[in-house]
Amino acid sequence: MTMNRPRGWRRGLVDLDVGEVSREIFVNEEIYAEEQERIFARAWLHVGHESQIAKPGDYFVSCMGEESVILCRDRANKVHVFLNSCRHRGMKVCRYDEGSTTVFTCPYHGWSYGTDGRLVGVPYFREAYHSRLDKEKLGLVEVAQLANYKGSIWATWDPAAPPFTEYLGGFTRYLDLQLDGWDGREGQAEVLGGVQKWLVPCNWKFPAENFSGDTYHNISHRSVDLAGIGPSGAGRRDMGERDVSRKLHVCVPDRGHQTILYVLPADKLPPPAYMNAPIVAEYFRHCEEERRRNRGEEARLVGAPGEIFPNTALLSRQPRTMAGWQPRGPHQTECWRWFFVDRDAPSEVKNFLRDYYIRYSGPAGMTEQDDMENWNYAHAASRGTIARRYPYNYEQGHGTAVTDYAYQGLRVPGEVIDLTEVQSSEQPMRNFYRRWAEFMEADDWSQLATWRTVRKAAE
Amino acid sequence: MAERDTRIDRLFLRQEIADFFYREAELLDHHRYREWLDLLAEDIRYWMPMRRNVKFGEAEREFTRAGSDINWFDEGKETLARRVKQIETGIHWAEEPRSRLSHLVTNVQLQGVEPCFADPQEVSATCRFLIYRNRVETETDILVGRREDVLRRGSGEAGDGWLVARRKIILDQNVLLSKNLTFFI
Ligand code: FES
Ligand SMILES: [Fe+2]
Repeated sequence: MTMNRPRGWRRGLVDLDVGEVSREIFVNEEIYAEEQERIFARAWLHVGHESQIAKPGDYFVSCMGEESVILCRDRANKVHVFLNSCRHRGMKVCRYDEGSTTVFTCPYHGWSYGTDGRLVGVPYFREAYHSRLDKEKLGLVEVAQLANYKGSIWATWDPAAPPFTEYLGGFTRYLDLQLDGWDGREGQAEVLGGVQKWLVPCNWKFPAENFSGDTYHNISHRSVDLAGIGPSGAGRRDMGERDVSRKLHVCVPDRGHQTILYVLPADKLPPPAYMNAPIVAEYFRHCEEERRRNRGEEARLVGAPGEIFPNTALLSRQPRTMAGWQPRGPHQTECWRWFFVDRDAPSEVKNFLRDYYIRYSGPAGMTEQDDMENWNYAHAASRGTIARRYPYNYEQGHGTAVTDYAYQGLRVPGEVIDLTEVQSSEQPMRNFYRRWAEFMEADDWSQLATWRTVRKAAE
Repeated sequence: MAERDTRIDRLFLRQEIADFFYREAELLDHHRYREWLDLLAEDIRYWMPMRRNVKFGEAEREFTRAGSDINWFDEGKETLARRVKQIETGIHWAEEPRSRLSHLVTNVQLQGVEPCFADPQEVSATCRFLIYRNRVETETDILVGRREDVLRRGSGEAGDGWLVARRKIILDQNVLLSKNLTFFI
């Protein structure tokens, strides 16, 4: 049993002084089992978006780590997240992906639960249970805490976890880029119909570290760059705005969240884009102006791939998506991807973006296909006894992060590396695995909320 | 007499359409993508929806919608051609080394013809497909489903063969069991 495992995750498996992470943490089944306990049962996890459950009775079946959960809006308009498992013998009470209902009836013996989770119906309650079953105690298991952050729904099983915004730390700034409108108004995002779900034979941390900000894997995507699917028509998949910006790695050190970020110069709006689609070009030109007006200097931030610890990826610019890397055993991940547009955008804009998004992302996405091939075979080639003896290397840019970064008057807190000249670093991965090791070591949240105590200088 | 002629016309047409599908499958299996592209109408809509688990009686919500929802594919000829171009770079790692592919097409049925069997210009046909993909060493995918095609009689430069004008691909999966879709169906 894993209980007897000697302590020392950090020294034994994640050595950030040297810049090494053991392959065991990707392929070892005991470590995987412990992750479920220590990470997925304690961290805040992304569940879905309120636009997916717009009306009372609406539900969306999501998952938190390995476990199926029901995100639903009860009749009184309150949002809940329940474990999708009957209290009687565990049957999945909802096997639809989404819909609307007044009650979840278990197909096994017929216990039924209201959309508020309460056990409302038990067959033969009077006869077989002699009216003595305590129904109040046998409602659907509900998450310990739930947060609605600008429409995105997050939950944790741990009552001791800090509030969600505290969990994010300074990372709210980047989640805002995801969820606010292009024009800078708060929480204007909506999820397009259809959440992509697909299986990839690799450990969940491969996509998690990639989306933490792997700026080094250009060769992976050479073929799509050659084929040209940029949102302005031909050419690169990236946008022109990146060429005039500073490119950064930004890490929130004690939280394990990290992202790539572009920062525009103080005096420049992004160069015009989407010129082959006049309505779209006009929409974005208008939004950029509004964003400057609404957000001031903050409007200079341009989002890029990022990761909220442990398994939620953000991509706030193009293609605008959120992803969940759902563990399915050490050797398999179920990828979930939600696609976002501005709720109020003209339909031409939504259609244009949607076409681009599905050409880019997901299993049919011309970009992401090549990522999955790499994660698949990197994982497979790391499973052997000999392979496991050789840790992965994370030395890139070691010791070069600064904590007082500013560009033309705009401050960027956190551990930052300016990549504009050096091109790439592995600071985000080091940040991710540092937090991973902390989660694996800590007994409870009093040890995990390190920012509440004075940070040790030795760190 | 006239009725009998229609039945023979129908039989010939069904065989002609099936032959077209087999030829197309052969091109795909041999990675002859340029020739395959020539079989697609300029205005083709190539659509593969995602499938939800929905309650009995809510069948209309099962498929994601073309043109407004997220789908596995929702393509025109231009983007299909870009996908071909990507494979042809030789550095599209998801197809390098190339997958071994077998497209099996069966249960071909004619669902409609315009204007008539004697002079078919546009044909709606359904079929079942089974795609076997094997790559690298032991990696294997099997995709099974139904296809709904509209074929149009080509003209001019494209010759007078059939062209695929619409294709709806209905895969019998919810969570996609393959890590990617780097091939055409
Ligand atoms: S398992 Fe649900 S009622 Fe028995
Ligand atoms: Fe990538």
